[in-house]
Amino acid sequence: MKRRGLFYLQLGFTLLVCAFLVVPVFLSIMAGLTVNYFVGIESGLTLRWVMEVWNGYRDTIFLSIGLSLACLAVTLVIGVPAAYVLAKRQTALTRALEEMLVLPVAVPGLATALALIVTYGSLSGFRTSWAFILVGHVLFTLPFMVRSVLAVLSAIDLKTLEEGAASLGAGFWSRFRDIVLPNCRQGILAGSLMVVTLSMGEFNMTWLLHTPFTKTLPVGLADAYASLRLEVGSAYTLVFFLMIMPLLLALQAFAKPRPTKFVAEDAE
Amino acid sequence: MTDAGNKPVSIALTNCSKTFPDGTRALEPLDLAIHAGETVVFLGPSGCGKTTTLRIIAGLEEPDAGGKVLFDGTDVTHLPIEQRNVGMVFQSYALFPNMTVAGNIGYGLKIRKVPGAQIKARVSEMLAMMQITRLADRRIDQLSGGQRQRVALARAIAVRPRALLLDEPLTALDAKLRDTLRLEIDSLLRSLGITAIYVTHDQAEAMALGDRIVVMEHGRVAQIGKPRDIYQRPATRFVAEFIGTMNRLTGSMNNGRFICKAGGIAWPEAPANATEILFRPEDIRVVEGDETTGLQGKVAAAFFLGDRTRLFVDVGEAQPLVIESTARRDFSHGDPVGLAIDPRGLLVL
Amino acid sequence: MRHETRRLILLLLPAGIVFAAFFLLPMARLFFIGGSGKTGWAAYAAILTDSLYLDSLLSTMAVAAATTAATLVISGISGVFLQRHKFPGNALLVSMLTFPLAFPGVVIGFMVIMLAGRQGLIGQVTQALTGEKLVFAYTIAGLFMGYVYFSIPRTILTVMAAAEKLDPKLEEAARSLGASPWRVLLDVIIPGLKPAFISAGAICFATAVGAFGTAFTLAAKINVLPMVIYTEFTLSANIAMAAALSFVLGIVTWLVLAVARTAAGSSVAAAG
Ligand SMILES: Nc1ncnc2c1ncn2[C@@H]1O[C@H](COP(=O)(O)OP(=O)(O)O)[C@@H](O)[C@H]1O
Ligand SMILES: [Mg+2]
Repeated sequence: MKRRGLFYLQLGFTLLVCAFLVVPVFLSIMAGLTVNYFVGIESGLTLRWVMEVWNGYRDTIFLSIGLSLACLAVTLVIGVPAAYVLAKRQTALTRALEEMLVLPVAVPGLATALALIVTYGSLSGFRTSWAFILVGHVLFTLPFMVRSVLAVLSAIDLKTLEEGAASLGAGFWSRFRDIVLPNCRQGILAGSLMVVTLSMGEFNMTWLLHTPFTKTLPVGLADAYASLRLEVGSAYTLVFFLMIMPLLLALQAFAKPRPTKFVAEDAE
Repeated sequence: MTDAGNKPVSIALTNCSKTFPDGTRALEPLDLAIHAGETVVFLGPSGCGKTTTLRIIAGLEEPDAGGKVLFDGTDVTHLPIEQRNVGMVFQSYALFPNMTVAGNIGYGLKIRKVPGAQIKARVSEMLAMMQITRLADRRIDQLSGGQRQRVALARAIAVRPRALLLDEPLTALDAKLRDTLRLEIDSLLRSLGITAIYVTHDQAEAMALGDRIVVMEHGRVAQIGKPRDIYQRPATRFVAEFIGTMNRLTGSMNNGRFICKAGGIAWPEAPANATEILFRPEDIRVVEGDETTGLQGKVAAAFFLGDRTRLFVDVGEAQPLVIESTARRDFSHGDPVGLAIDPRGLLVL
Repeated sequence: MRHETRRLILLLLPAGIVFAAFFLLPMARLFFIGGSGKTGWAAYAAILTDSLYLDSLLSTMAVAAATTAATLVISGISGVFLQRHKFPGNALLVSMLTFPLAFPGVVIGFMVIMLAGRQGLIGQVTQALTGEKLVFAYTIAGLFMGYVYFSIPRTILTVMAAAEKLDPKLEEAARSLGASPWRVLLDVIIPGLKPAFISAGAICFATAVGAFGTAFTLAAKINVLPMVIYTEFTLSANIAMAAALSFVLGIVTWLVLAVARTAAGSSVAAAG
């Protein structure tokens, strides 16, 4: 019976933790839809705040979507080949490179952003364009793409698969296209979701990199939190939740352990 | 590609050694000639360099400077595997998980830009030949080990390679399946008439499949020959003991007899200074009735196998002699037995 | 082989160029700018000698350490529990616990305001109960709460993955030898989860040291290092000092992760 008690104790604790995470999300959604949050729900529900956000901050939403897609394109083009090389050649040099690629994640975004500003801030065309933010996002998300692809490539016997393809006449690029890419698509997919989600939410760097003309969604959020009424901030947050919800759900599906595959018994 | 297929190729290695970047010397300089259409088996214990030699032939490794690989007399040393047109079967099968069975078998043809209809026909032909037609649309992770092996074979020969290279293709399978597939591979190689190189550490497999066997030891060729020659006339102690079972007696020659602790053996044409003789279990027998011989031992262990009894007979040497007896007799531990050796089976190495 | 090496270099080149041009070069420049201010290279020592910076370094470390400890305890209990006991609703709980996985720091700050801000839930509840309104969102306690909120989802995922790999036979063996549940926890479960704890803890710590969004949303008054850097850069326009401080901050977080990786013996994936 002591065991049951322990179970309920842990369950209760876990429910509390859940509440800690979920209640504020719920509160903020409510606040975004309430006429006056201070008065409470009695004041009535409204989409007024959401519309206000839409009218005032539409641009930030589109910029964030565009940025995250551009970031995805760049990390795919430069990250997937890099992961392949790192999987293929496991030398001290490639391990050091892998280690270095993760640095922009380990180092606080503020430092990276400052470094970019002191180096490229004087190129005014670049500094004021969204490409400046894109650079920061690529640095920050690239390791996630590389690691996610690398994890899949290290789990399969890439070398033998490629040798198998080579023995059938496939040259380097054919192997890359027919064997390497299809076999790491799980990693590419997981990495892509991660890149888009992180790019959408990146603030640490973006706050320093942005200009009044290149405000992303999180930058707009920070603005709204600081200067507008709680209901507007909440409505804005609600919009943000709606945008990243599908991404988060997809990511969760990936985070779950996959069932082991069925292998037929020898029937001979 | 012609429908008649490519002509089998003759393969020659000259002065091929291999040192890996980490300094491992996997292969000492090696010369080897493989005739067109024959099946050669590389046999030896794990780590002796079989795979390395095979990979050099395949084009997956290059020999150290000075080594040469010739296909039909043409130097292909620096030609990568994708340009050599050799079929390869890997120990781990190396089937592509992103393709179906049919996709795997047709891949080599696709790479060669064979028209779709022709690929389909050839794939069906291969599926039928390996008796796996019903698996055509399966994914690789839905196949058993034996089925994977068949797909790997089909994939390798679908492109009509000039030579077929197999690296321990049966090692991952269980014993019974191994026997079945060994027979299938044997008839397959014979019907294709292809030059084939088969790597194994299993001497029974080597004996069954090889036109010739290359026995390897520590990166060197210990002996090359037909299975029967290798078994009956091993060139070195290593070959003698690696292949089949070998009995050993130590002693010295005296007056046309080899004298050891257990007695003496008449051996007229013996080399003068033999101090150790070797022979196979089938060249020694337990004498029946009151036939007298010069050799005596005591049964150390007896295992009844049904058609015969495997005896371990203590003759005062470090190792007991192994004897296969067909006598209808119950041996028990400690029984004294008289032994007779056929002098034609005696070897000195 | 040589052909292949050339091709591999070609494939690595784009990532290498982007990385060198936009990270290595700027970081090197940041380092030199850090030494180019009024005080010269002494700016790098200021973090230890100037009490303003030292205080902020210490409170940053303190809040990061507290975050790490709290997150590990919370996620350890819930993660192991959810991995061990499969009951109806388990999957839903896991989804809810990992749902805020990629909330950015600003949003987390807002969540803290919803809970502990001036119009927050905790304030309303405490006012109803005691007549006194408890508001702590805009203090270092609020920051702590935000960092714990941020760290729980990813830590629970790590713990669950590690708990799944624990061999239940070890536990059964310990039980069969007469170990109490408490001893089993101490002798089998915690040692088995140690690598996961080390790597997840390092990530908690590093993010808490370097995060900026949450502190920014909560208030400018919280004296943690990222806020100090931001103030130096924008308000005081002391770029050299900001550069020196952020370079040091970068080194500290990187070191924490590197040490943890060595200790855990497995790769610690850093996370934002
Ligand atoms: N890529 C490699 N790098 C270093 N050493 C290797 C490599 N491949 C094989 N070896 C070494 O070379 C020797 C021969 O290996 P191998 O040809 O695979 O043996 P076998 O196939 O007969 O078991 C072994 O000692 C093995 O450890
Ligand atoms: Mg081998």
